[in-house]
Amino acid sequence: MSRKPYVRAITSEWIFRHPRYVRYMVREFSCLFIGGWTLLMVWGLKQLAEGPAAWAAFLEFLKSPASIAFHVLALAFAAYHSITWFKLTPKALPLQIGEEFVADAAIAGAHFGAWAALSLAVLILAGAF
Amino acid sequence: MARSNKPIVWGPFAAGGTLTAFLTPVLVLLTLLAALGHAPDLLAYERLHAFAGHWLAKLALAGLVFLSLWSAAHRLRITCYDLGLRADTVVATIVYAAALAGTGSAVFYLTRI
Amino acid sequence: MGERLVELEVLRYHPETDSEPHFQRYSATCREEWVVLDALNHIKEAIDPTLSYRWSCHMAVCGSCGMMINGEPKLACKAFLRDYRGVIRVEPLRHFPIERDLVTVIDDFIAKLARVKPWLMPKDNKALAAGEYRQTPAELKRFKRYSMCINCMLCYASCPEYGLIPEYIGPAAIALAHRYNQDSRDGGRELRQQETAATEGAWECSFVGACSEVCPEHVDPAGAIQQVKIESTVDWYQEHLMPWLKK
Repeated sequence: MSRKPYVRAITSEWIFRHPRYVRYMVREFSCLFIGGWTLLMVWGLKQLAEGPAAWAAFLEFLKSPASIAFHVLALAFAAYHSITWFKLTPKALPLQIGEEFVADAAIAGAHFGAWAALSLAVLILAGAF
Repeated sequence: MARSNKPIVWGPFAAGGTLTAFLTPVLVLLTLLAALGHAPDLLAYERLHAFAGHWLAKLALAGLVFLSLWSAAHRLRITCYDLGLRADTVVATIVYAAALAGTGSAVFYLTRI
Repeated sequence: MGERLVELEVLRYHPETDSEPHFQRYSATCREEWVVLDALNHIKEAIDPTLSYRWSCHMAVCGSCGMMINGEPKLACKAFLRDYRGVIRVEPLRHFPIERDLVTVIDDFIAKLARVKPWLMPKDNKALAAGEYRQTPAELKRFKRYSMCINCMLCYASCPEYGLIPEYIGPAAIALAHRYNQDSRDGGRELRQQETAATEGAWECSFVGACSEVCPEHVDPAGAIQQVKIESTVDWYQEHLMPWLKK
């Protein structure tokens, strides 16, 4: 009997084969917004260094519709990155105390708690309220 | 098989991913508030200039920019491969160079503050 | 419990006659409590004896009957007909070449399992007369879940990186290496890193996490791979920045 193994081709449609792969891609795409926002802030640093007029122009640009739309998306994607990152942390850093492992929910929960507290602290210190 | 030197690029990615997970959303919120006309006090020129003038703040900001851009670059490299772009070395060079260029620019502007 | 008419659409491939695979539809009267494997067995016995597929224990411990059922990697003996509506699509496990019908070529997987040196390399080589290696329940628990792999390859079928990068040694192989690295008796982590810390090792993983989702034994290979990445990174930086420190 002759063997003739058949190799199935791989195309990019794997992404749509199951919701988990779509969610993975959304998570990965967060890098465009986090990176993009950071680059926008680097430009802001440039304007800050050039003086009050340049900084005022930067703040004006931030108020443009394109900037607002970008910020809303960036906030959503950045938050999705955070949520997925903290949910995966217990898998990468399991904690064994005694015989048992600390529950994933506890480790993730601690991270979410710290995230909330840190965010609140930054908002207060930055005078957002 | 020889051991890979991937840890060089992965270490900063993991650190950057963690840092951006904790910090980026609230920072985006700060500039979103500014975009909506409710700029937080810290974003007023005098306060921000004074804040960024401190050497410790400059160090922190440079570190934040580097780790944020690096982890985004690394993720973008992986994403390109996942989407079928096979020229990994070329993509890696471009994204990491962009991250370093962004960091370099930030450091340059920070020294002028 | 009654009966139910079930339609299965099965991917067929006979290398002697076919140039490429094609679907064949079967209609079978099945008992409501059956699994897909029961339906396949019934089809083979009563309708089409030429249908080929692997199976053995029929109780999800041998890992033989892995296949794509409605696009998801599953053990056919654990896929209950009552959980499916309409025509059930059955294909061989993805990312492996098709040998014949639902039988895949698994040589690549077997070779990769062997490459990670999946045996105990004791830290201190005790003579037999010196007695047993002792281990606390905590030390056992540290690696126990990674020892539960039944080599069913569902993780390889679900991993997009293995699909895109055939050289990647894959989830089960790395989880198996991790099982030994985490064993308190073992001292072979550095040697295993020749494979797990190579480019085709843990570094091809982008933490999609599909492997852990489809694993029938809850081995959590995704977790194992991230832990291997972190260990390898710490080892790498220590080796390059503080070479005087012993591992």
